[in-house]
Amino acid sequence: MIEVIKPGLLTTFQDAGRPGFAHFGIGRSGAFDAPARRIANALCGNPDDACALEITLSGPRLRMREAACIAVTGAPIPFRIDGIEQPMWAPVPVPAGATIDLGTMSSGCRSYLAVRGGFDLAPVLGSRSVDVNAKLGPHAGRALGAGDVLPIAAADVREDARARPTWWIDPRPWFDQDAQAPLRLLPGNHLDALTESSRESLFSETFRVRADSNRTGLRLDGPPLELARPIEMISEGCVPGLLQLPPSGQPIAFGPECPVSGGYPRIGQVAVVDMPRLAQLRPGDAVRFTPCTFEGALHALRERERMLDTLTVNIAARLAP
Amino acid sequence: MSVDFAIEPLAEDALLLRFGDGIDIDVNARVHAAAHAIRAAKLAGIVDVAPAYATLLVRFDPFSRGGDALPEAVTRVLDRGFQQGEDNEPEASASRKLPTQRTEIPVCYGGEYGPDLGAIAQRAGMTPDEVVERHLRAEYTVAMLGFAPGFPYLLGLDPALHAPRRANPRTRVPAGSVAIGGAQTGIYPRELPGGWNLIGRTPLVLFDSGRHPPCLLAPGDRVRFCAVDADEFRRLAERDA
Repeated sequence: MIEVIKPGLLTTFQDAGRPGFAHFGIGRSGAFDAPARRIANALCGNPDDACALEITLSGPRLRMREAACIAVTGAPIPFRIDGIEQPMWAPVPVPAGATIDLGTMSSGCRSYLAVRGGFDLAPVLGSRSVDVNAKLGPHAGRALGAGDVLPIAAADVREDARARPTWWIDPRPWFDQDAQAPLRLLPGNHLDALTESSRESLFSETFRVRADSNRTGLRLDGPPLELARPIEMISEGCVPGLLQLPPSGQPIAFGPECPVSGGYPRIGQVAVVDMPRLAQLRPGDAVRFTPCTFEGALHALRERERMLDTLTVNIAARLAP
Repeated sequence: MSVDFAIEPLAEDALLLRFGDGIDIDVNARVHAAAHAIRAAKLAGIVDVAPAYATLLVRFDPFSRGGDALPEAVTRVLDRGFQQGEDNEPEASASRKLPTQRTEIPVCYGGEYGPDLGAIAQRAGMTPDEVVERHLRAEYTVAMLGFAPGFPYLLGLDPALHAPRRANPRTRVPAGSVAIGGAQTGIYPRELPGGWNLIGRTPLVLFDSGRHPPCLLAPGDRVRFCAVDADEFRRLAERDA
């Protein structure tokens, strides 16, 4: 069991998401930075689809009732066990009764905490992801609160609980410290409906992430984008990564808890391979876009997936007794 | 005869099939027929087939074999599925015989359950009873589900009952509220904020994540309402709880 002493700003259970229910008006949810969630679980020896805590900007304080092994990945976050600083991106043994403190991220927006054996939660519609908008998932679809007790599945913890981790993985391919590179944007079917100058602005100007951004979407401030002519739209299916343009002219990039349908013009689609970078943008951060083809995006995505597969195989070999 | 549709790539893992541009019962029927044909064909890698009014969202696993060929595979299925006549492929016949679920939904109209019934009647120039009678008379089609899990957008509302959304949306619309928004009627599956006009309430549970399927209604289903009084409402509510 893990006791929640302080929940952090917004800490939720997230796994690979809840596919297959879009026709019922139910979105996928799931970890925003999917590779970081997967790596945290790999470091704990858990399966790819296991659940982790997604931590937002400011982390929780937790008490571990039994000895365990945990891993923290994603945005850099101060990580201490009983006051002693611990490395991220590593399997870290935790003695029974220890306090885990996750501080405030210096950059990025989302970190992930996994525990060996995984959280022992009943799936809801096939997933342990919380969807706070739909009030779906474990904990009645809400974020962690103080006093919550999180069940963890029994796991074999062989490590000396007082030992320091002796290895960790290189985070550089998985967290972009210098987030200057633009996000790759596939053309949306209303991209050509923008005025020529707006189309130019979309790919040349810098946008800023607004404070009212969340897992539903990142609201962007920038040069107002205008349509050459008004578009009458009815509700159509939406997926995370969609860059839609409401009448305000300020685009919204959809996150994993986006609505399954919507009726605003679609000017672009953030490449799936860049969704982890979208996930790590915090209010005030700069965003730029660069055009990308479907072929290019798919190629980059498959390349990344191969890297991730190789990494998880190597981690599993490292963990083997 | 094959049906005209356009395939719009949305993302590396999503296609949008477009059958038209407006809210139209025939266009929407083609969307449901296509959804059914695609599900029946069991194409490898497809994970979501989600109808909207005039479009069908198809999401697939971008790492599955055949992902690149999915637009062609979907086109083949639909060309075949929409053919009329002596086509005896199982996928084709499956799409012709759409298994349409018909559901009757009990509603207690007016009073505390339908606080906007009077305003709708006034707007339509009829009595509240006439509004109820017209709402009961139609058979509706679930065009799509959205907004919240299990919220059905129903087509088929009598044009005399069309009414714009409220200028001031409510922050809390009770679960089960039956409402009119523009040319459509719908049912709030749980307590939600909402701007539609509330004319009654059903005691049935529209969404329950522990149920299989979790939603009472699916896209393409037909719906009729039947009127119940407050006592019957309470009795049914206890039974469905």
